Amino acid sequence: MTNPASLRQTATVARPILELHDVKISYVTRAGRIDVVPALNFSLAKGEALGLVGESGCGKSTVAYAIMKYLGGAGRITNGQILFNGQDMARMSEDELRRIRGSKLAMVYQDPMSSLNPTMRIGRQLEEVPMLHMKVSREEARQRAIKLLGEVNLSDPEMIMERYPHQLSGGQQQRVVIAMALMAEPDLLVMDEPTTGLDVTVEAAVLDLVAQLRHKHDTAIIFISHNLGTVLRVCDRVGVMYFGELVEEGPIREVFANPRHPYTRGLLDSIPTMGADKHSRRLSPIAGQVPSALARPVGCGFAARCSFCEPAACTTAPIPTLPIPGEAHHEAKCVRLAELPPHRRFQVVQGEAISETAKTGENVLTIDHLYKIYRPSGTIFDSKPAEVRALTDIELTAERGRTLAIVGESGCGKSSLAKVLTGIEVATQGKVKLIDWEIGHIPVEKRSQAQKKSIQMVFQNPDSTLNPSHTVGFAIRRALQRLRGITASQAKTQAAELLRLVNLPMEFVNRRPRQLSGGQKQRVAIARALAGDPALIIADEPVSALDVSVQAAIINLLIDLQEKRDATLVFISHDLSVVRFLADHVAVMYLGRVVEYGTVEQVYAPPYHPYTEALLSAAPVAEVGKERDRIILEGSIPSATKLIPGCPFASRCPRKLGAVCDDQPPPEHVTQQGHRIACHIPLEDLAKLNTRAAE
Amino acid sequence: MGAFAARRLAALIITMMVVSMLIFAAFEWTPGQVASKMLGPFATPEQVELLTEQMGLNRPAPVRYIEWVGNVLRGDLGYSTYFKTDVNNIIWDRLGNTLLLASIAFAIIVPCSIIFGVAAGMREGSKLDRSISVLSIVTTSVPEFASGVFLATIFVIILGWLPGASTLESGGDWSIASQLVLPVAVMVLFDLGYVVRMVRAAMVDVMMKPYIRTAVLKGLSFRKVVLGHALRNAMVVSLTVILLQINYLIAGVVVVETIFAYPGFGHMILESALSKDTATVEAATLIIVLIVVVTQIAGDLGYMWLNPRIRFK
Amino acid sequence: MVQAEQALKVKSSGRFWRRLKLLTESPIGLAGAVLVLFWVFVAIFAPWLAPYDPNANNYEALADPLPNDMFLLGTDNQGRDILSRIIWGSRTVLIVAPIATFCAYVVGCTLGLLSGYYRGWVDAVISRLTDILLSFPAIVLYILIIMRLGPSAINVIVAVIFVASPQIIRIVRGITLEQRELDYVTAAKMRGESAIYIMLVEILPNTRGPLIVDSCLRMGYTTIQIGVLGFLGLGLPPPDPDWGGMVQETYGMMSTWPHMSLYPAIAISSLVVGFSLLADGLREISLRD
Repeated sequence: MTNPASLRQTATVARPILELHDVKISYVTRAGRIDVVPALNFSLAKGEALGLVGESGCGKSTVAYAIMKYLGGAGRITNGQILFNGQDMARMSEDELRRIRGSKLAMVYQDPMSSLNPTMRIGRQLEEVPMLHMKVSREEARQRAIKLLGEVNLSDPEMIMERYPHQLSGGQQQRVVIAMALMAEPDLLVMDEPTTGLDVTVEAAVLDLVAQLRHKHDTAIIFISHNLGTVLRVCDRVGVMYFGELVEEGPIREVFANPRHPYTRGLLDSIPTMGADKHSRRLSPIAGQVPSALARPVGCGFAARCSFCEPAACTTAPIPTLPIPGEAHHEAKCVRLAELPPHRRFQVVQGEAISETAKTGENVLTIDHLYKIYRPSGTIFDSKPAEVRALTDIELTAERGRTLAIVGESGCGKSSLAKVLTGIEVATQGKVKLIDWEIGHIPVEKRSQAQKKSIQMVFQNPDSTLNPSHTVGFAIRRALQRLRGITASQAKTQAAELLRLVNLPMEFVNRRPRQLSGGQKQRVAIARALAGDPALIIADEPVSALDVSVQAAIINLLIDLQEKRDATLVFISHDLSVVRFLADHVAVMYLGRVVEYGTVEQVYAPPYHPYTEALLSAAPVAEVGKERDRIILEGSIPSATKLIPGCPFASRCPRKLGAVCDDQPPPEHVTQQGHRIACHIPLEDLAKLNTRAAE
Repeated sequence: MGAFAARRLAALIITMMVVSMLIFAAFEWTPGQVASKMLGPFATPEQVELLTEQMGLNRPAPVRYIEWVGNVLRGDLGYSTYFKTDVNNIIWDRLGNTLLLASIAFAIIVPCSIIFGVAAGMREGSKLDRSISVLSIVTTSVPEFASGVFLATIFVIILGWLPGASTLESGGDWSIASQLVLPVAVMVLFDLGYVVRMVRAAMVDVMMKPYIRTAVLKGLSFRKVVLGHALRNAMVVSLTVILLQINYLIAGVVVVETIFAYPGFGHMILESALSKDTATVEAATLIIVLIVVVTQIAGDLGYMWLNPRIRFK
Repeated sequence: MVQAEQALKVKSSGRFWRRLKLLTESPIGLAGAVLVLFWVFVAIFAPWLAPYDPNANNYEALADPLPNDMFLLGTDNQGRDILSRIIWGSRTVLIVAPIATFCAYVVGCTLGLLSGYYRGWVDAVISRLTDILLSFPAIVLYILIIMRLGPSAINVIVAVIFVASPQIIRIVRGITLEQRELDYVTAAKMRGESAIYIMLVEILPNTRGPLIVDSCLRMGYTTIQIGVLGFLGLGLPPPDPDWGGMVQETYGMMSTWPHMSLYPAIAISSLVVGFSLLADGLREISLRD
């Protein structure tokens, strides 16, 4: 995409920091040479931030590591050039390469914990960089490290210097990695999914930090993410990658507001828009999956999954990259650009959503004053290990055929709740009523077959949800036999039916999990959970490990199945837009407590609990013009071993009133419509605060 | 760490108690056997009975066990029927001889295994790695008695450079030092390969860790990455394995000592076992197990000391 | 896509053959397989391959036991044909070693699964016991067990079980502890599977990867141990040939007749090297998968 006419103005003035010309990246494997990236072109001006987005397996990370010239033993750049500050990186010697790595060219990695050396103090890991590249003394290096740790908003940098990585939280670790990357004032920062795996509020803070440091240090950034919302917060330009190719590139606001390539449109349409819900529309997933790069087709790589594909035009010749008329610097790699209908992101028309919350069904699940306290058994030498208060005074209900969503960050107790419901753990105190049974104190082994049949679960991690040794057919048949008590031959026909229900082809009965994609595994897991036709399905982050395009399909499937079977769904998630879309009722949890509960409309509109407000403001949104002012939470979630007399959120609350929050448990305000908020601030005041913030 | 040490000390005492019970149960539960073993095959039943009575062996087993433990704790290890002297007179000299052999071998094995293991593991799949790996697989796969035969054939029979027996007698043609060469060589050959592979595996594992990528992309030279970032992490894992070799070197040398007629601890265990010299076998087993358990604790403490994840928690 | 589909079909239809084919890509593993298969062949066809009765004494050969046209590898101190004794000796080791290893696995897998699955006091008891057995150096444990029970093939197997199963328990326990936390085990509990079903059908099959490599290494190790027991005079009672015993009977005469000890030493070394190389090849393949 460097046809001279479309080069940015800044680029014509000064030489770009980074230029890629027809870069081809290949992996040599036993199966032959795989061209992961066939021919990539783009350039990056000084101080500019380019986001690279796309599904997993599209070659984003490969590009990042190719730029660092760190492709591992099997990877090669087999064609084209990567110019860094005008220098061809392929011609650099090992020494020259070492001199720019860490000084001019630095990287921030996906998993900060594993990116830091576990046996070295943070200080030494930071000091190394300037000592190596700036040839400064240890003391100077130390001063610089302390300064940068302050710049990445870490309080008490001197103490952090003495720490080992495992002594820091995930957010702190990622700040350390960012500080490390900035130690030698690099010209280019390559960030590979830097916020994936962090909690929403922590992610928001890190993204703000990156945006702020970028301008301060005038560093160019390549920001790789699967999350379109995060890219929008940091970048000026965006490149959409599919199958190793840049299918669309341009100024980020133009691309998101007016996406031209069908793939970009597909990605954007897969994400629930804020405000949309399941009653107003279904999500539009992208069918199929990224193909194997072993057999690269002649024409468009997206053709097989594209609903606008016209075989004659799309699959016969290489696809050129075309400028978008009327939009400078915006290009797309599609031959049918001119013929495509204009894109409209789904807009919620007020009143269009059919609010069904008025009618109430019977309660399938009633949770009454539930406590779960883990008491590690003491030994003779360590007599009083701290108690962990995982759940405190939970009160929730879920109605037949409805979805109750439980939202919160890691450590909020949502997984403990799932464990108590499923009987993997038992309640310490309080009641859990499923239909007519009291099950809170019965471990799963002791539950009756009827009780087991009535409650099933869909798990988060597609890789561990199925037994790698068993075929798909075996897994589903076994569940049918156990839960319905039917014969093997009956199970066989019913298993086929279940596969059809979750939209998987019949041949899958003989496949093993490692032959399936993540989305397919989740479908099998859903089929297995449906085997006993349960009254209650608990879904613990079922889509968080999946690409957005696949995520949409699984969410649609869950909605359809729920409607068909009238099952109740308890949906545990950290993703607020998914919850907004899918749920009927929402419970927001913090530190083992429900801080806010209500219908989805109530929770997603003022008055908010201050934590809900912070969560909503932190959630990355991939819609231009819908970005909010962020409320950045300081600190991290306190340890669950501490007994907190007052409000659990007091230590981080931006709206804290004073000592009362620390000392007194907050009262629970309940509206007539059943909306509950546990806060010392009166409801009317909360409503006022929230609307003022929104303005 | 203090609590951990206390816990391990308690475990050590319990283990030693159970082991002593097992040994006692295995060899002294049936009292008649002890007496008949002492008197030999030609004793009459009356003689056996008389001796049994004299030695107090017909008392209940728990009483005799407590008495035996008491004796051992007071330092009385009993009388050796094979060496015809108090066990104390023989066992410590033998242990000393074995420690000499073991410490020389250990002093060779530790640096060599680290050097070869790190050299092989730092670039997985390189020519150096393949050569070191295959060589270590082969040397550890040759049983000690076989490599003893091979080395003796070459250095004793064909070349005549070294003595075939290492009796530690200084009067003969061969110096003590030359007598130690072959036993040490066999031990090192058999054990080194194993330790090298363990260190290599740890190193390979570490080199694939993301923090090594971080170090490379900081611009550090390969040497600095290996020595500054990888080595310590690889050592955290390898330390326990390396320390456990002490057990092999002290107790596992039975074969080596037998081949070269070396007057060591292992050979003593074998001789006394073959001649049913219960007192010596019992004492030797207790000492060996004590050494093993103490090295295990040392290994655990070293692991904790090297690994900040445990040290600072 | 079509190619990928076909590749998948091939995968599921012949996992065993695919693995075998992969083995040919690892020259080291292949060399190991050839060595092991050679000795398996020799053991199976021992009666046809051995030129003489392994226990027949040829008194004329005592004067000149060196290899000659009649006795290709020479004769030993009792005038017995060394080649025939090596050939028959392969049978001893290749019967005792697999049986002993298999028994150790049955014990090790059972206790390891129980220990890792139930945790709590079951784990405490089993782990204490394994700790205690592991605090005996292997060779000392062998000597003690054989001293107590007497030398015989069965007792060698018993001794191997005592020495090897604690290590297998540790491996299986570790894998079980990991697997029992995975979601598919939770799913099995939620559909009401019994503990035995979960251990045997859900968890055990997933231990196979590490255990295949380990079993191969362990076969080699057991072979060494059986040889060592023979060498120390604690193995099979004479006169039946076993390689370790052959060295034991003759190494006193090394200075005059080195061939008597050398050939059996080569035989046992080659078999163990075979097992170890094979294990390395299998490990390499399992990493690729």
